[in-house]
Amino acid sequence: MASLQEYLFVSGLLFAIGLAGVLVRRNIIVIFMCLELMLSAANLTLVAFSRFNTGPDGLPDYNGQVLVFFIITVAAAEVAVGLAIIVALYRARQTVDVEDLTSMRG
Amino acid sequence: MEGLFFYAFSGFAVIGALALVAFKNPVSSAMSMVASFLGLAALFISLNAYFVGIIQILVYAGAIMVLFVFIIMLLDLKAEERKTKYNPLFLVGGVFIPLVFLIQLCGILPHVPNAEPEPLHLKESARYFYDQEKEASKEEQSEIHKSLSKGDLPDVNLIGLTMFGHKGDNETIKTPGYNFPLQIVGVLLLVATVGVVALSLRKKTTGEPEPGDPDSRPEP
Amino acid sequence: MEYLAWLLLLLPLLCAAAIQFGVKDSPAAAANLSVASVVGTFLIAVLLVFNSDFSSSFTWATAGTFTIQIGILGDQLAKGMMVVVTGVGMLVHIFSLGYMKDDEAKARYFGGLSIFMFSMTGIVLADNFIMMFIFWELVGFSSYLLIGHWFEKKSAAEAAKKAFLVNRIGDFGFMIGILMLWGILGQTFLFAEMEAPAKALPESQATIVGIAVLLIFCGAVGKSAQFPLHVWLPDAMEGPTPVSALIHAATMVAAGVYMLFRLQVAAGTSIFEGFAGTTIAWIGGITTLLAALMATQQDDIKRVLAYSTLSQLGYMVMAVGLAGEAGIEAGQAGMFHLYTHAWFKALLFLGSGAVIYACHHEQNMWKMGGLFRRMPKTTMTFAVGTLALMAAPPLSGFWSKELILAQALEHNPPLFWIGAGVAVLTPFYMMRLFVVAFLGKPRDHGAEKAKEVPPVMLVPLIILGVLAVVSAFSLIASSIVPDNDFHAHGFHPNMVFWISLGALLLGAGGGFLLYHGRSSDPLANNPLFKLFRNKFYLDELYLKLVGLFQDTVAMAVHFLDEFLINGMIVGGLARSTAGLGNIFRRLQSGNLQGYAILFGAGILLVIYLTVFAR
Repeated sequence: MASLQEYLFVSGLLFAIGLAGVLVRRNIIVIFMCLELMLSAANLTLVAFSRFNTGPDGLPDYNGQVLVFFIITVAAAEVAVGLAIIVALYRARQTVDVEDLTSMRG
Repeated sequence: MEGLFFYAFSGFAVIGALALVAFKNPVSSAMSMVASFLGLAALFISLNAYFVGIIQILVYAGAIMVLFVFIIMLLDLKAEERKTKYNPLFLVGGVFIPLVFLIQLCGILPHVPNAEPEPLHLKESARYFYDQEKEASKEEQSEIHKSLSKGDLPDVNLIGLTMFGHKGDNETIKTPGYNFPLQIVGVLLLVATVGVVALSLRKKTTGEPEPGDPDSRPEP
Repeated sequence: MEYLAWLLLLLPLLCAAAIQFGVKDSPAAAANLSVASVVGTFLIAVLLVFNSDFSSSFTWATAGTFTIQIGILGDQLAKGMMVVVTGVGMLVHIFSLGYMKDDEAKARYFGGLSIFMFSMTGIVLADNFIMMFIFWELVGFSSYLLIGHWFEKKSAAEAAKKAFLVNRIGDFGFMIGILMLWGILGQTFLFAEMEAPAKALPESQATIVGIAVLLIFCGAVGKSAQFPLHVWLPDAMEGPTPVSALIHAATMVAAGVYMLFRLQVAAGTSIFEGFAGTTIAWIGGITTLLAALMATQQDDIKRVLAYSTLSQLGYMVMAVGLAGEAGIEAGQAGMFHLYTHAWFKALLFLGSGAVIYACHHEQNMWKMGGLFRRMPKTTMTFAVGTLALMAAPPLSGFWSKELILAQALEHNPPLFWIGAGVAVLTPFYMMRLFVVAFLGKPRDHGAEKAKEVPPVMLVPLIILGVLAVVSAFSLIASSIVPDNDFHAHGFHPNMVFWISLGALLLGAGGGFLLYHGRSSDPLANNPLFKLFRNKFYLDELYLKLVGLFQDTVAMAVHFLDEFLINGMIVGGLARSTAGLGNIFRRLQSGNLQGYAILFGAGILLVIYLTVFAR
């Protein structure tokens, strides 16, 4: 089996790719997907820690997995609301390109 | 053998992630994301987190992904067209910042123990649970004990046990569980549902529908 | 008695309120109401004179131990003054019925007169300085209203503004003086409580007391139009002539003298001793001389009278100022002159009003002439007034002026000689006025068609004419003028008498000879008299001075405002804020990715600081 280091590295790599996507992409839906990817990468970290910290009963620490469960729930709610906002935004502005959404320019 | 699987699925997830960022067409990006999440789910399963892995597939690769694709279809989005010149600063920043982040990660990783995980000795765990239950003078054997005795990992039951807590001797609470956060998350989902409905409501008072509004196309 | 006195105070106010809020749209009703109210107040005033003294007050405002009271004080001084004010007021009201018959804003006019009567009553009856100051300002306000009655005329509006502003200058000093006196005289505004602290004043405080008295005198300088604040009074002649008679000749301008004398009665003349009294007397003397000189070259019949008013007020102020040396008798002489002057000057103004009315609002006396034949009764009354003003014995003006000159000779000979010189000038310019306007031939068709005024205007003239003759005799005067031990019966010809008689003959004879049969002023081209005609160029000087002062101050203020406040403080703050905002505005690009990059960089920094930099 792979070591904790390897899992954490993969997790970090996925997080970095997601971050890069958020930073370079201009389609707000794709940015949103990248955000989800970053969340999942964080989940992988949690699960890895859970597996590598066995408790007195010799089983993984399930507190970490419960946290992952919560994160997934919150992410689902977030996606629902976020996509609704994007739809409302598109209705108002006919665009999903963040470079066109600069009405907050100072 | 297990190591090979790890690298295979890690590579799958990373390539999917890269494809997600690289594709211009949002539908392709969404599909790449599904692939990446499938790889991630496999990694979860390799970590003996079967429940989380399944949830990952069902919720992310299933429900959320469908939502994304549905919205992309609804808005009829095409591949990005370079309407304005792309600001190179963003590209530099977008590459540079994740790179620095990775370098920082590599700086931290050596401090993490580079060891294989302890293999799970399910029979011993079963005995541990048996002792616990005997102390609590429970006549009946729990599901967890039964599964563990059979050599299975009942992680759904164990997550449930962690989430809802359990009581030890003389009704003393051994682990408090996450009952309250669970309620809060339930409320959060309710609020999200109501919020989405509120966001999607069209104002009836506004006069003419705006051009380009997908909902305002003339009825056939 | 107190209730009657309060009624006396409030009746004109109620009348003014009724006119303003009730019968504004029916001028005849307003006029009748106003006249009825003033007749009522006159009857009350007469009733009060023959009754005992009274006083009544209530607390108006309290702050800790400091209280301000509103109260009335009816000693002989106030009661006598009330008879003068309401008497002249009543006659002027009745005269106005004729004079203002066809005026468009008759209701406003009579409302203003009622407000004035209320304010003047308040000054006279006030039992403390604060109340007096309040009514002092109210008088200024009503004077403003009435001078500017014909506000469509630019000169009238300007004159009203000028009168108000010039008075404000004096009132500022007055207010400071009141407060200083409050501090000096045992922290009381009440006239009744001033005597004891004033007597107990140590010698070392003489200077500060003198300054306080001079500051209070500032109020009188403004209100009684003394030099150098006399400039508003001639311009105030832009108002209707009855107003000039009531306010700018008989009552309001006398308020300054009354106030000073009130202070002398309350606190004793000791506080006027030294430089304060001398200064007051000299300012009175200068005013009387300058005004008489300026009066010799005025063509407007009302302006001649206005300058003669100034001159007579100068006499009064001089007398009041002499009280510092001479004691209360000099002040009484001033008050006596105020009292006699009120009648004959009101007579002269109303007479000139009648003439102006008859000549279709022509005020230039060179366009009159020959009025004696056409309106003999008016001319007779005017002649009586003129003689009284000239101080021809035994008319009322003679006795009071004699008294003042006697006091001056005794205590300040230089001022006596100034007074004697003015006693030459007064008959001269009055004779000029009389000869030019009433004798000779008509020089304009307005004067040709003039005819006798209606009875409603004539009757007040006749009453005033009678009073101008008899008012100085002790039968009337002793009950009205306070503590007046002077009476015409006990008079013996002395040096003062011969000098003033000589002055009268010299001035009147010179005036008659010089102007008889002339149709234009023979002295008009004389450079000296040109100076008089142009009022010593004082108005121009003030204009220049005020302009210069204002420009300097305005420049300094402008500089401060523009560079220090606007440029450095306000503008500097605004500019630095705007500059900073401009810098930070760049960060607020509105671009999501820009924010995300900054956010990511921030996270990297946090990781660096928490993990590596420890």
